[in-house]
Amino acid sequence: MTDFLDAIVLLTNYVLVPGVAYGSQLALGALGVTLIYGILRFANFAHGDMMAFGTMVVILITWWFQSIGFSIAPLPVALVALPIGIAAAIVMSLGTDRLVYRFYRRRRSPSVIYILTSIGVMFVMNGIVRFIIGPDDQRFSDGARFIIKAREFKQATGLHEGLAIKLSQGITVLVTLIVVVALFRFLHKSRTGKAMRAYSDNEDLALLSGVSPERVVFVAWVIAAALAAIAGTLYGLDKSFKPFTYFQLLLPIFASAIVGGIGNPLGAVVGGFIIAFSEMTITYAYKKFLRYLLPDSWAPDSLVQFLTTDYKFAISFIILVVVLLVRPTGIFRGRT
Amino acid sequence: MSPMIRNPLLFAVMAAMLAAVGFGQSWQVALTILNLCLISAVMALGLNMQWGYAGLFNVGVMGFAAVGGLATVLVTKAPVVDAWAAGGWRLGISFVLLLATAAVVVVVRRWLGPGPIRSLVTAALVIAGYFLIRVFFDPATEAIEAVNSAKTGYLGGLGLPVLLSWIVGGVLAAGVAWFIGKVALGLRSDYFAIATLGISEIVIAILKNEDWLARGVKNVTGLKRPVPYEINLQADAWFADFAAWFGASVIEASSIFVKLCYAALFLAVLLIVVALSERALKSPWGRMMRAIRDNEDAAEAMGKDVKRRHLQIFIIGSAVIGIAGAMLVTLDGQFTPGTYQPLRFTFLIWIMVIIGGSGNNWGSVLGGFLVWFVWIEAEPAGLWLMDVITSGFDDASPLRAHLLNAAPHMRLVIMGVILLLVMRFSPRGLIPEVMRR
Repeated sequence: MTDFLDAIVLLTNYVLVPGVAYGSQLALGALGVTLIYGILRFANFAHGDMMAFGTMVVILITWWFQSIGFSIAPLPVALVALPIGIAAAIVMSLGTDRLVYRFYRRRRSPSVIYILTSIGVMFVMNGIVRFIIGPDDQRFSDGARFIIKAREFKQATGLHEGLAIKLSQGITVLVTLIVVVALFRFLHKSRTGKAMRAYSDNEDLALLSGVSPERVVFVAWVIAAALAAIAGTLYGLDKSFKPFTYFQLLLPIFASAIVGGIGNPLGAVVGGFIIAFSEMTITYAYKKFLRYLLPDSWAPDSLVQFLTTDYKFAISFIILVVVLLVRPTGIFRGRT
Repeated sequence: MSPMIRNPLLFAVMAAMLAAVGFGQSWQVALTILNLCLISAVMALGLNMQWGYAGLFNVGVMGFAAVGGLATVLVTKAPVVDAWAAGGWRLGISFVLLLATAAVVVVVRRWLGPGPIRSLVTAALVIAGYFLIRVFFDPATEAIEAVNSAKTGYLGGLGLPVLLSWIVGGVLAAGVAWFIGKVALGLRSDYFAIATLGISEIVIAILKNEDWLARGVKNVTGLKRPVPYEINLQADAWFADFAAWFGASVIEASSIFVKLCYAALFLAVLLIVVALSERALKSPWGRMMRAIRDNEDAAEAMGKDVKRRHLQIFIIGSAVIGIAGAMLVTLDGQFTPGTYQPLRFTFLIWIMVIIGGSGNNWGSVLGGFLVWFVWIEAEPAGLWLMDVITSGFDDASPLRAHLLNAAPHMRLVIMGVILLLVMRFSPRGLIPEVMRR
């Protein structure tokens, strides 16, 4: 019996807990991508760098707080800095919309033109982030490290395996929950939210009904930028901040949005968790897990790992390609 | 100004800029830039075929360039006999099993009608095949990587001349493109972009981690060269005379001579590719491609096989990118999978094509030259600018140090701004596509 419990705890510790945290971060990122796709109808390649930009502002403010000795221990002080980061990201995204995208929107350019311009925006933002904070790894979390420590868990339960839950993981899940609930309430209950969904469903019909396109686009950028800054900060708190990693996060985020059905917010959330858990379960080595469950003579010698962790990004893309081929609209019937 | 005057003038300005670097900085720097300009131009030509002729949104340039680079290793390096002995046969079996699995899947899928059962059976067969292959593959790679792992630890290559690897690089990239095209070309353009971006990342991940293939991140150094070595030149008597005739030191002259040799080779490749693409673009085939790009449905109604043409141009363009990738690795003399980054190897090439003028071969050449030139020269220019801006600061000021340190990253901003400006104010590029009737 304890073997069985140990196996469960082992899997929870190495797959479930990190998977939930990573899935939440992807879900927030994918929500931003899917929202822009639904309203402006293009895949925003600059979203990863928008996350990096918002996070960078949060880090700078956090460092300033830390230097003046301001702290909200046991919580990381970055949470206080987060609203400022969100504001900076919003200003940035509205600025790029005004300077770059609005021109093409008025000409009703095809979506490839938008994608190409978003690549230009990506370069600019990437350059700004690297210019200000540099290309290196930055850590900025402070306060307590763990909610549950592995050793304490072992002592309390008497099991061989420990369960550790990092504070950053707890914060990630809590913040994501709040943000997602608030966003869905906004989209379904408020007038602006309904207008946005109408605009996303059928642009012409929404315009006929008196929905102001500029306002819808404005709100979409505000929400997408806020989501990007939040997702980026949570990811940075949980792991670490490095501009290149954020650029690479674009891949699993796109995969999440498309797997769930691009343009569909619920799909983005579900897609985020699907991608995160696929990455976790496929790159996890099940050797120890099986040792607990199987009789000794059956215990495997190899690592029992489907793929090494180096191929994490490959997994999200294999899933993406399979979904695109088998069911191009995604799980929740997004746009085609 | 008519294009007949304007276009040569643009190239003349480009040449003058390179010459200015030669006189201002040094000819070494100018030639280093020139060589990479030539390679970039070939790469841009390859992408231009895909995007400019056919409208394929390929964001996986990096993957094809890396596959071409891999060819240089596989062709030129001497085979590691011990490694073949240690793991060759098991690797062979796993390769045969891979083909067998694919064949079984294809046959079973034909046999079963569409439906959930077919999907389930396919998935089960793929997973079963995967584990069966790993039974042979894992010990094989382990054995290969154990053979003198500090120096080799991989299968090595064929030990053939390096120039052959440029062709093989193109062929390998074409093979990969065939596979990717079969899978992804049916997708809508933005999905196709995301899929190719992801596949190129997968290619790099494989090159980084499959050490038995090309040593992964341990890199393969000391690749063969198609040109003489500086050391040998310096020892030659005739070369010393030659250098003296120029009034340069032997060491400097040898280095410049080697770079010029490379430049001549790259230029030859570039001219061949330009000549062929110009002919192709003017031919009925080129007209058909543009027709497909401008209106797929109309072209299909006229009996053109759009899917087949897309696959064809995707393969040809990728082959050209692969050739450029092999040339790049040859120039570097080493294969370093860790250095392949999408910003430099995919998106920068895109900027070259857009700025140069998509759909125009000469535009891509000019874009390749200009963008690479700016990419390199933005670094000293940014440093100089930061130095001027911060000259009023105290030398010990941390802000000054940071700004000087971070100045090279300004080139990303410069590139992005140039791209955005061109797209907005001159969307057809510096040398626009010629509208033929």
